[in-house]
Amino acid sequence: MNKMNNRRDFLKTAATGAVLLGSQSKLGLAAMLDQPGQHAAGASKVVVARDPQLHGSDGQLDEKRVQALLDRAIHSYTGIERPAEAWKHIVPAGKTIGLKVNGLGGKGISSHLALVLAICERLQQAGVKPGNIIVWDRNARDIEACGLTINTDPAKIRVFGSDVSGYEDQQSSFGSARIKLSKILTHECEMVIGVPILKDHSGAGVTFAMKNMYGVVDRPQDLHAGGCNPGVADLNCIQTVREKVRFTIGDAMSSVYNGGPGFRPEFLWHPNALIVGEDRVAIDHTAWQIIEKQRAEKGMPTLEAAGRPPRYITTAADATHQLGTNDPNRIHLLEV
Amino acid sequence: MHWTLMVAALAVLVAGGVGCKKKPANPFPDSNAVAGWQKSSETRTYAAKDLWQYIDGDSEQYIQAGVISTTTSDYKFQGQLEAVVDVYTMGDAAGAKKILETGQSSDAKPLQIGDAGIVYAQSIVFRKGPSLVRIVSYESTPTSAQALQALAHGVEAKL
Repeated sequence: MNKMNNRRDFLKTAATGAVLLGSQSKLGLAAMLDQPGQHAAGASKVVVARDPQLHGSDGQLDEKRVQALLDRAIHSYTGIERPAEAWKHIVPAGKTIGLKVNGLGGKGISSHLALVLAICERLQQAGVKPGNIIVWDRNARDIEACGLTINTDPAKIRVFGSDVSGYEDQQSSFGSARIKLSKILTHECEMVIGVPILKDHSGAGVTFAMKNMYGVVDRPQDLHAGGCNPGVADLNCIQTVREKVRFTIGDAMSSVYNGGPGFRPEFLWHPNALIVGEDRVAIDHTAWQIIEKQRAEKGMPTLEAAGRPPRYITTAADATHQLGTNDPNRIHLLEV
Repeated sequence: MHWTLMVAALAVLVAGGVGCKKKPANPFPDSNAVAGWQKSSETRTYAAKDLWQYIDGDSEQYIQAGVISTTTSDYKFQGQLEAVVDVYTMGDAAGAKKILETGQSSDAKPLQIGDAGIVYAQSIVFRKGPSLVRIVSYESTPTSAQALQALAHGVEAKL
């Protein structure tokens, strides 16, 4: 399919695409922005952008390289070289954009500040006003773990947690999930970009794009039974979550391949990657394979053998949930 | 006179805490109680039912091992190296043993502290009675291993 001529065309077609592509793509970005022949029609595009030099030999992140890595990921995803133009194809004009980070693991294993700042920079260049950007998580502790400072001044990029906004009085539900959503999601944001950090998870197996949504509800502990299955899939099927969380810029610059979701430095490693896309199931499936590869290299059992395969990924792709695809033949994986 | 003596004796008993529920020990060394270490946050406490607020799904393994409460505090060494000290109070020593022996990586080295302990480049885990202590630093420096061990012994002495 040819590139869109302008953003208005893109958005118009995107709305149609959401219907046509159904569960796999709300914006239809991947399919619309593909170059002809790039991959089979209807496949979900996932970009894994890497920079082996992102972390130095001392283990320190070279923050100056993060912006370039982000630009490369978005360029590969959209096919548009100029970052500001590429971002205009990701975020709708004049809307409030939320960045749902993940700081639960504490300072050692939270969404990186450098990535958040890089995204905010590009959002503004794409025309999003600072006050229309909200960086958020569960609470002040998690936000500060990401290196961010709370700010509610509407003239600037806003940074605050659901402990400030509160939760809806009414429950939302799908399947096993009966929760109250953060008012940041329901009232403030018109589109949310997930900025999770890749981690092993002692219950769910892997936590990344879909599991990050546990940070938008009042009682996430109620969704942990059965290895978070079907909790993760059910939560992501709640209409507001499904409709507003439309893009993921997954932070796989650092990760823990065992002992997560907390910070366990003995299991820390640096994949030095960003994982980008719209299809949250395809992204989680891709992230799972990256964790498995690292575990194999370290001589550790598979997550299946360890008794905690991320079954919620399969559930999210089933006929009931239709959140995306976990079929490798239908994932167009671009490694750059 | 008889009543006066009784009231006085009662006052002494109350002041001494006799008959009251014993207050849990504070395991966190004050600033500079361990050379170079500053306590850099307030102590936060989580009951077992609220532990998810702190460690999300990881709380499940502690609950299964019988955790009663968890206390945590941040520390800084010489104003730079940051660390967090978590003290899990389990129902009994078996619970602490279970957690310590779960999920060790191959580079764990034994450490003589408390009833048993292990040390990594950036963390120390040990148990003493029903307490399970995990100390984690956010970076590795030439002095961090030694500094962490000093802090661990400071915590152990207060348990």
